[in-house]
Amino acid sequence: MSLYYVQKLIYELNRDPLTRQRFDDDKESVLAEYDLSEEELTAIRQPDIGLLYVLGVNGQILMHYAALWKMPWDDYIQAMKDGLEEHGPVRAGLYARTGGGAV
Amino acid sequence: MTLVFAGACSHAPGITGRADRADPTQRKNLLNNLERMRQEIKDSGAEALVIVAAEHFANFFMNNMPAYCVGMADYYEGPIEDEEWLAIKKTRIPGNPDLSERLIKTILNDVDVAYAQEWKFDHGISVPLNFLTPDYDLDIIPVNINCQGPPLTPLNRAYEFGRALRKACDAVPEKIAIVGTGGISHWPCTPDSGKINEEFDREFLDHFLANDKAGMLSFSDEETYERGGQGGFEIRTFVAIAGACEGAKGDLWCYEPIPIYAVGCTVASMEVL
Repeated sequence: MSLYYVQKLIYELNRDPLTRQRFDDDKESVLAEYDLSEEELTAIRQPDIGLLYVLGVNGQILMHYAALWKMPWDDYIQAMKDGLEEHGPVRAGLYARTGGGAV
Repeated sequence: MTLVFAGACSHAPGITGRADRADPTQRKNLLNNLERMRQEIKDSGAEALVIVAAEHFANFFMNNMPAYCVGMADYYEGPIEDEEWLAIKKTRIPGNPDLSERLIKTILNDVDVAYAQEWKFDHGISVPLNFLTPDYDLDIIPVNINCQGPPLTPLNRAYEFGRALRKACDAVPEKIAIVGTGGISHWPCTPDSGKINEEFDREFLDHFLANDKAGMLSFSDEETYERGGQGGFEIRTFVAIAGACEGAKGDLWCYEPIPIYAVGCTVASMEVL
């Protein structure tokens, strides 16, 4: 589990056009710079917003990442709901305390 | 005394990005009062706007997270968000590093504030500026209180930061406006987005408007999280404004709970004594 680095990579992608360009040009070389598990790599590659939410990525970082991929608002909210349905409650971070919206 | 205006407003990205999905009457009330704030800042003769924000990982990260930071750059950039998603064009926003430095030097007497000579804004600052300085013709001094990545600064320190900021504003000859931006209860960026606890909001606002320090500081983070969601941690920006205006009362111009904007949209002023 390397939630810190998942968040750091997404933070850089969200704010830095050069990192984003490198990611678009050669995704794997950028991913190799971060200490990430296979599950995290898969979630970032797709991107799987629901799984990233369940992994515990801070929602403020994740919302900007969904926007980066031009995901419509309703689809983004639904992706988090689907993530909870598929993967269970949020595992770490700020939202784990209440299940992150899981009912 | 050179503080000439103080206020607080919401900054939710939905206000611009999902503008037309709100109830038109509620939106009109919100926009009318943001426009009122723009006009009052202009009429105050403010030469700079200090915006006390709760940014969302556009500039600061957990590798070196300041509890408090003040911008000290010639210019700032933002928003970082996709332009279509936020419906705000990316631009450069004018700063005033000389004024920033003088403010920071005074604040440092009371609070160990960090400074930043580059800063990318996100919706937390860009949405308010979109309404308050739409032509980007006023010098902006960004201030951030970490409200997103715990551990967070305690509320009593946010109040003290506000007092320190006030001392700094009053020590410079320039006319300064300050605006805090944040949400009260909200669950942004979660499947609960759109949930608003109006009872919690009005309880907090009553304390804020009365500048009731003990009342504001009575909210533990545990209580805020349970009743107001993680977005409720942003009350620190309101608390700082209250600290900057210690002894003065506030005036609520607008409170509209708008679920598609994911927050109770608030516009308020605080008397400058």
